[in-house]
Amino acid sequence: MRFINFELIFQTLPKLLDGAKLSLLISLFSVVLGVSLGIIVATGRLSKFWPFKAFASAYVAFIRGTPMIVQIFLVYFGLAEFGLTLPAFASGIVALSLNSGAYMGEVFRGGIQSIDIGQTQAGLSLGLSPFQVFTHIVFPQAFRRVIPSMGNEMVTLTKDSSLVNFIGIAELTYRATLIASRTYEYYAMYIGIAIVYFAITFTLSQLLSWLERRMGPYDSVSQSGKGLRR
Amino acid sequence: MIQLVNLEKAFGDNHVLKGVSVSVSRGEVVVLIGASGSGKSTLLRCVNLLEVPDSGEIWIDGVEVTAKGVVKHEVRRETGMVFQQFNLFPHKRVIDNITLAPIKVRGMSHKDAAELAMVLLAKVDLAAKARSWPHQLSGGQQQRVAIARALAMQPKVMLFDEVTSALDPGMTGEVLNVMKELAADGMTMIVVTHEMAFAREAGDKIIFMHDGIIVEEGPPSQLLVNPQHDATKDFLSKVL
Repeated sequence: MRFINFELIFQTLPKLLDGAKLSLLISLFSVVLGVSLGIIVATGRLSKFWPFKAFASAYVAFIRGTPMIVQIFLVYFGLAEFGLTLPAFASGIVALSLNSGAYMGEVFRGGIQSIDIGQTQAGLSLGLSPFQVFTHIVFPQAFRRVIPSMGNEMVTLTKDSSLVNFIGIAELTYRATLIASRTYEYYAMYIGIAIVYFAITFTLSQLLSWLERRMGPYDSVSQSGKGLRR
Repeated sequence: MIQLVNLEKAFGDNHVLKGVSVSVSRGEVVVLIGASGSGKSTLLRCVNLLEVPDSGEIWIDGVEVTAKGVVKHEVRRETGMVFQQFNLFPHKRVIDNITLAPIKVRGMSHKDAAELAMVLLAKVDLAAKARSWPHQLSGGQQQRVAIARALAMQPKVMLFDEVTSALDPGMTGEVLNVMKELAADGMTMIVVTHEMAFAREAGDKIIFMHDGIIVEEGPPSQLLVNPQHDATKDFLSKVL
């Protein structure tokens, strides 16, 4: 008795890789949109303008408090109720981006709040506008500091993109399920896509640690030591 | 050139400034002394509106900056500030720390800003460190860069907030020397410090604050040598 049907995995690999391409595409769009949305959500959460702050907080609470699969269905079927029918592919990206935006928002909020208030005061005292202080001083430092947790969220999102197979997008998980139900080789197929998912997320992790290394040679450890003394 | 009129400021129940008025002429070096919590740092931060007073007026060069409709960051272009903790931008090289505001706020070209930065770095004796990162410098060097950074905006007044308090004892001299040179060049300065030797040597006027009010003010020769009030005598006996 064979343990894993590697032969089947190899035979179906072209189809799986086609699916993987789609998974990657959805993840890529959602990560970019999620990060952008996250920055807006973070500024909202830290805003002094209460309607913006309240809206951002409510949004984060809703996303964190509901299952991602429900969010995907809400976007796909829910929007149709309001006469806005999106193709499954677009719905998937919208749902994943909305989900990721909330978590990214919290990641960036933490990063921004971790930057010493003295940095803001120094920027303001030079005559920079609050917006310039944010874009030139606070955000670049916060961004570098949150790369590890941002990477974490990106990896999570890439894996969670498998959930969009439930709205009929022929991505990696969808194709594996299809082949498995035809051949009854469930175990082999899921081992197969596990390897593909791992290859994707491992590459992503490596890319992120490279980014972390090359973003500025200044030592964040010595900086946080100073923070402690204050 | 700078008039602070009857400033009041409270943080919750804590009444930090209880009606403080100060007048600073062009080229004058005013030194604020007093115990921790006497309100001197808050007073200094009011001048560039990092703290907004609850009441009172602030006039800089004939303009009331506490008036309605005044844009705070436009006021701050004219007031340089140096902090206790240096607050250099750790993600920018020394020279980029200095050129940032002239480029972004004054609209100076990168080339002109870099030339200005090199002149100022030479002035604080750190021209060789232009391409260094802040964390590669000692505390005293970082603080001198912070002074150069503030000077790059060509401010009308320089505000110093306990700038030697976070330095190792051996490094205070180099920073104080830069400040003395600035004073000799005719820069208008308001200095919060515990360095009494500096106050005596470089100060034109010393203001002693206690509990949110100005208890006594006068030239160093008078206030440091012959204080009139008990609170002043008490404070000076502890620090001199």
